[in-house]
Amino acid sequence: MAGNSRSLPTPRLSLRQQDARIAWLLLVPSLVVILGVTLWPIISTFFLSFFIAPTGLNQVRTFVGLGNYLEMLQSRIFWETIGRTLYFTVVSVGLELILGLAIAQLIHSHPWGWQFLRFCLIIPWAVPTIVNGAMWRWIYSADFGALNGLLMQLGLIKHYVPWLTLPYMAMNLVILADVWHMMPFVALILQAALATLPEELDEAAAVDGANAFQRFWQIRLPLLRPAILVALIARTVDAFRVFDIVYIITSSGPANKTLTITYLTYLNSFPWGKQGTGAALSFLISIFTIIMAFTYIRFLYRPEET
Amino acid sequence: MRTTHKISLLIMVLIFAVGVMGCQPAKAGPVTIHVLTMDQAGLKPADIDQIARDFEALNPDIKVVMEYVGYDYVHDKIVTGMAAKPPAYDAAMIDVIWPDEFIKGGYMLDVTSRVTPEMKSGMFPAAWNGVTRNGKVYGMPWLMDVKYFMYNQDMLQQAGFDKPPATWEELVEQAKVIKEKGLAEYPVIWSWNQKEGVVCDFTVLLFGNGGAFLDASGKPVFNDEKGVQILTWMKQTLDDGLSNPSSVSSDEMAVDTDFLAGKSAFAVNWLFQYSDSNDATKSQIAGKAAFAPMPVFDAGAKAGVKGSSVDGSSSFAIMATTPNPDQVWKFLTYLASNDVQMKYSASMLPVWQTDFEGDTLAKLEAATPANPVTVPAFLAQFPFAYERPTVPYYNEASAALQLAIQEALTGVKPPQQALDEAAAKWVELAGK
Amino acid sequence: MHYRKFLRRLFLFLLTLPVLFFIFFPILWLFSASLSNQIELYAVPPHWIPQHPTLQNYLDIIFPNLAASSVPRTFAVSLLNSFKIASAVTLICIVIGSLAAYALVRIPFKYNHSIQVAILGTRMIPEVSLIIPLFIIASSLQLINKPIVLIISYMSFALPYAIWMMAAFFQTVPIELEEAARLDGCTRLGILLRVVMPISLPGLTSTAMFVFLVAWDEFFYALIFTSTLAAKTVPVAIAEFVGRYTVNINGMMAGGILAALPPVLLGLIFQRYIVSGMTAGAVKG
Repeated sequence: MAGNSRSLPTPRLSLRQQDARIAWLLLVPSLVVILGVTLWPIISTFFLSFFIAPTGLNQVRTFVGLGNYLEMLQSRIFWETIGRTLYFTVVSVGLELILGLAIAQLIHSHPWGWQFLRFCLIIPWAVPTIVNGAMWRWIYSADFGALNGLLMQLGLIKHYVPWLTLPYMAMNLVILADVWHMMPFVALILQAALATLPEELDEAAAVDGANAFQRFWQIRLPLLRPAILVALIARTVDAFRVFDIVYIITSSGPANKTLTITYLTYLNSFPWGKQGTGAALSFLISIFTIIMAFTYIRFLYRPEET
Repeated sequence: MRTTHKISLLIMVLIFAVGVMGCQPAKAGPVTIHVLTMDQAGLKPADIDQIARDFEALNPDIKVVMEYVGYDYVHDKIVTGMAAKPPAYDAAMIDVIWPDEFIKGGYMLDVTSRVTPEMKSGMFPAAWNGVTRNGKVYGMPWLMDVKYFMYNQDMLQQAGFDKPPATWEELVEQAKVIKEKGLAEYPVIWSWNQKEGVVCDFTVLLFGNGGAFLDASGKPVFNDEKGVQILTWMKQTLDDGLSNPSSVSSDEMAVDTDFLAGKSAFAVNWLFQYSDSNDATKSQIAGKAAFAPMPVFDAGAKAGVKGSSVDGSSSFAIMATTPNPDQVWKFLTYLASNDVQMKYSASMLPVWQTDFEGDTLAKLEAATPANPVTVPAFLAQFPFAYERPTVPYYNEASAALQLAIQEALTGVKPPQQALDEAAAKWVELAGK
Repeated sequence: MHYRKFLRRLFLFLLTLPVLFFIFFPILWLFSASLSNQIELYAVPPHWIPQHPTLQNYLDIIFPNLAASSVPRTFAVSLLNSFKIASAVTLICIVIGSLAAYALVRIPFKYNHSIQVAILGTRMIPEVSLIIPLFIIASSLQLINKPIVLIISYMSFALPYAIWMMAAFFQTVPIELEEAARLDGCTRLGILLRVVMPISLPGLTSTAMFVFLVAWDEFFYALIFTSTLAAKTVPVAIAEFVGRYTVNINGMMAGGILAALPPVLLGLIFQRYIVSGMTAGAVKG
């Protein structure tokens, strides 16, 4: 095929410089969109976090330096909420990963009806979050819900339980609703990754006498690392910032037991009119998510295993 | 070479993001006013649209653009919309708990001089309460609503009672009998979930016990013995199985559906619950619901409290930044005018107390099958509607109180401690 | 030998059953609620299959002029809006995102790492915090109530993820294939289009699905940035089923089923691409 105008380095550009030029060309559209849209809002929010900034017109903004940050870091509610949010993140992402991996592997083994199963996986994911929240709120309803109905019919409970009012159950119920909704994403990513794995390694190992479990654990799993990393980071960052589903199912109740850190940020920025505090919280959230993401990368990122 | 790339990229980004920000559109033609209002509040959007079209027909130089959002989101939309340049709204519907916050935020226009004496005396004084601060008026009353006490007549009769309870203590007695007779497992349902609704219920009970939120100097007193009593009472009814345990996670809608399914004998709720109860496609208790004056506590009755409810009204305010206040006021006047209000009185009770007298009263009552019942109920309950604290930091204060009540109801903290902590938070907020 | 294989297949099949139950129990409940009226919904014990099924909830949405309330009337329009917006976002993200992802993964250059960090970093701030500044910009550009404002906003959310996901999938393409194509005289772009993308098709499809659903599902920005029919999206329309004084759970459930259909149908259509990646374009030996 012709068209290899770049096969010989031109006198003016070295290969490295050519590479850089191509790289920039490929990157520019994306960078323009991402930075163009978010750069100013992020900078202005960052700026705002150093002020007390009540919502309103022509409001006086008082510079407080790190005041907002310190106020949050010294507040009990902040740390309780972070703890709660971490619990939500670890449990829901953990469950999604385990279930997702199991289901991905199940599909990959091509049992009867595996295409149907993979197709059905999309359904929980496709239901809009609002509907998912309303549906689970309905399922958990104390007087009319399907959960109570089912458990009663199975004889597991004698009496309808007001699930969403139990302080130590409520968060787990929200987790269940979110896991149901998002587990398909993890399963599908991992299944796609499994589908692209070269089969030869696996077959060679089978010939060598490794059983199914060993083949999975020692061969496939390491090769899935990039995909798992993708799923893990994507889900962790999103789970840590969960808001919509909590708003619908429990509105942070009972007694703040489902209050997540983004919910707290929303409360500060909007109903409570404290934009400076909200901005500071946003950056604190970012710090947490960055730490989590980079921890994953540090432990799981292995470029190109051959 | 690389530096050039970097610089051009940076320039592109800056242009994209910042370049056109200063653009202002040129205004020409008829005046356009943007009004934000709540979805499904009293009048349906289709009705309000019609009113807007009628108004435009009478005032060809004014164009009205209405925007509808759900109640939960009106506050957010106002705050975001007003941050834009130019601000997105000329007028907006505001809940009775927002004026102080919005006045402090500079959103609301002082309309004291625009209110005619006729309006002042013609509309309910209590309706003006919601929009008046320090003698200045900041809006036009629109939708008056209070919480009503509704009960299932059938259940009461079957339990052997010929009268609804006049005090909360009586209610407890009646509820016990209803429960024992198996007529309802949990005779009372409330909206005690962690939202504004629980504070509304708390208001009803607090004032019914002779208590108050703030004293004359503005210090919180809801954690005094009267406040603690009612919180303890609330928890007790849950523990005794008289109040539905799901109240702790129920909002007003859930109360409505519970009552309509015939699962409760008593339900405190806004007016909509009554018409819902007679809607055969939704309700299993059609024709059985009735109003009664909101009970009070014995102690409150002794202290002279004759009635107690909570004001949940909405009004329309002109945004202070509007370039066309006269036109906006004209529209609001039209919206609130007697003719328009009477025309749509099937969906929403008028704000004019003059409509509740004489021939107009008869017409009003004839407007819908429900009105003969709801109108007297309204007239009986509205005068006793108490306001929640009129402080600019109300939302955050309410959140602290919601948390305290929830902590007490779920047993996480004892009522006194929970209320004390909330009171401390209020003091802190007042100090800022 | 065949016996053991059969048992194994049977065992695997039986494992799929609880998974299917987990997926379908809530969905079937959702579907059942969408076919009931309010009274049936509140029956105790629950009617798993509605005794008086009705299509009214769906009819209200599909034939809006006959609807009793105004909310279902706008639903069909919002479905269309959501579809347009989500499709646009997905298309653009895949196109420009794949270019960026390839550059980051295969082209060594000085700022590669910092750009990766910057891109992912923008996703760390919760969207809730950025909405007021973005609204101010959008409003001065007169973009409020136009679908384009949501398209651009959603692109800024989804693009970092898309780039980064596609990068991960591109990485799994064996480098030898690319080198072989290079020797054959392919340009970088050619390698991307002819070798890398076809092989990582399963990953690309998953990424596309993710982006589509991010755009499809987003609520808060759609709520604040749009209020007229011109650009109202499905989540906003669904939220309207619950007003301050009314709740129409049945309608909302019907709306939910309808709202889930387009992504599911798209998933069905693009199913085969998830499998075909391995065979397309790979050169063995």
